[in-house]
Amino acid sequence: MTLQVSLRHQFAGFDLDVAFEAPPGVTVLFGPSGSGKSTVINAVAGLLRPDRGRIVTDDLVLLDTDARRVLPPHKRRLGYVFQEGRLFPHLSVRQNLLFGRWFAPRDARGESLDRVVELLGLEHLLDRRPGALSGGEKQRVAIGRALLAAPRLILADEPLAALDETRKAEILPYFERLRDEVAVPILYVSHASAEVARLATTVVALRAGRVAAVGPPAQVLGDVAAVGARGASSILTARVVAHHADGLSQLAAGEVPLWLPRIEAAPGRVVRVRIAAQDVILATEVPRGISALNILSGTITEIRRGQGPGVMVTLDIGGQRLSARITRRSAEAMGLSEGQTCHAVLKSVAVAPEDVGTGTRG
Amino acid sequence: MWADWTSWLGPEEWQAVRLSLRVSFWATLISLPPGIFIAYALARWSFPGKQVLNGIVHLPLILPPVVTGYLLLLAFGRRGPVGEWLEQWFGIVLSFRWTGAALAAGIMAFPLMVRAIRLAIEAVDPKLEAAASTLGASPAWVFVTITLPLILPGIIAGWILAFAKAMGEFGATITFVSNIPGQTQTIPSAIYALLQVPGAEDRAGRMVIVAVVIAMAALLLSEVAARRVARRVAGR
Repeated sequence: MTLQVSLRHQFAGFDLDVAFEAPPGVTVLFGPSGSGKSTVINAVAGLLRPDRGRIVTDDLVLLDTDARRVLPPHKRRLGYVFQEGRLFPHLSVRQNLLFGRWFAPRDARGESLDRVVELLGLEHLLDRRPGALSGGEKQRVAIGRALLAAPRLILADEPLAALDETRKAEILPYFERLRDEVAVPILYVSHASAEVARLATTVVALRAGRVAAVGPPAQVLGDVAAVGARGASSILTARVVAHHADGLSQLAAGEVPLWLPRIEAAPGRVVRVRIAAQDVILATEVPRGISALNILSGTITEIRRGQGPGVMVTLDIGGQRLSARITRRSAEAMGLSEGQTCHAVLKSVAVAPEDVGTGTRG
Repeated sequence: MWADWTSWLGPEEWQAVRLSLRVSFWATLISLPPGIFIAYALARWSFPGKQVLNGIVHLPLILPPVVTGYLLLLAFGRRGPVGEWLEQWFGIVLSFRWTGAALAAGIMAFPLMVRAIRLAIEAVDPKLEAAASTLGASPAWVFVTITLPLILPGIIAGWILAFAKAMGEFGATITFVSNIPGQTQTIPSAIYALLQVPGAEDRAGRMVIVAVVIAMAALLLSEVAARRVARRVAGR
């Protein structure tokens, strides 16, 4: 299913004008706060009525202001996972989960309660009330509740933003399972590049109410114009080779070995690794006597100068793109040019667990 | 034992107690649905004349009760426009009947009920209702499955407060439906009548005790019920 969105909306001091397509898979609306992400997702949900707009799925017009057609939220059949959970406090976890099922059409082909409970690990929570759940548990129930409403599309508005790092790490894998094991497309709002790198099949980068870039995550996250120099990062797809006793995991990005702090994925699995451009050091010769474990050799494919003191150097490493953000001064001193062989140096510990996601798509 | 206890009050006094309970029960029960509706409208909707409606609802709280009773008499008396219409079309007569006493008590208690329920509705997070709507619940279902259970403590508190107020209503009742034993003589009007009779202070005193006991019981009951529902609604 493809979702088509075009919207115009004005608030005090803010004006939104976006148009994009969300193909099947996970489409992440990515941007800093105030870029209009939540406005877009609420317009899709029907909780906000934009000044002008058209939102359609393959078989249904959700909104068409020109044709004066506005489908109320309860007829849109979308599963919305909110930032703060919004579980119904007077209902048990089981009743919360089944709330949407009650209103879904009988012939809707949704997931079964058993499968959702298994998928999200909710067995021991079913008879509890939301007040007695931790933040992470609440979010898992919220995901299950959205899923059980047999939705055409799942919406998620920064579902991890209210959680601490440990809880985030606990929930993200469930969204990955959702992406890989459930056929429902997902529209996911986030300002965290780690989430984009791990989840997205398509990224829509928003800046100040406009679409700055649309595309696969590796492309959009490397686009300085779309995500800003500080947010720019690369995504390497790598296979887990082995876990070692010293706490490191050995991976292979194509032929290139990659050493990372221990990751939670079995050998043989393919993972996505996000590497922030500002964490990568470049060298024209293979450095010796250096603590960094990862030295990835490749060819410079692009050197892009920005407004400030930095340049973005992109390397081709065994067919994958890796960007490094270095100063213009260094680039000139090293005499870097496109086509030249270069070595990227990356500290293992610069990659946090949240930067590594399992997943075969994208 | 039972006989001793019942003879503690005379038959006329018992009649007044029973009548008071009946009047207050029906007055508050029938005003509950419109009370919830008006509280919801005042809490959630914006419409022209909202302040006027708010004023009318609160009028019985600020007007002298005797004025409310007199206005009721003008409107609902047998020759009043509403009273005449009710009698002609439905055969319902309110003036000098217990039903009239219930109407007076209900109207006097209405502002208290609406205030309590309105506060409860304003405390419900509209985001929960929005979440329910995204899960497929129409506005009516959202109200029944989310809003109503969440405001239940407020409804119970409002209902019991209104009940207590109705039990104690005197001015509007006596003005509208007079003080007829067995018809419109509630506990307060019975106490008032007894105080006019020389040597009946004992009987009046016992009625006062009954009034205090009923009021205290109502208050306790509302506390217990509200606490129980509040615990449920808080999700523990």
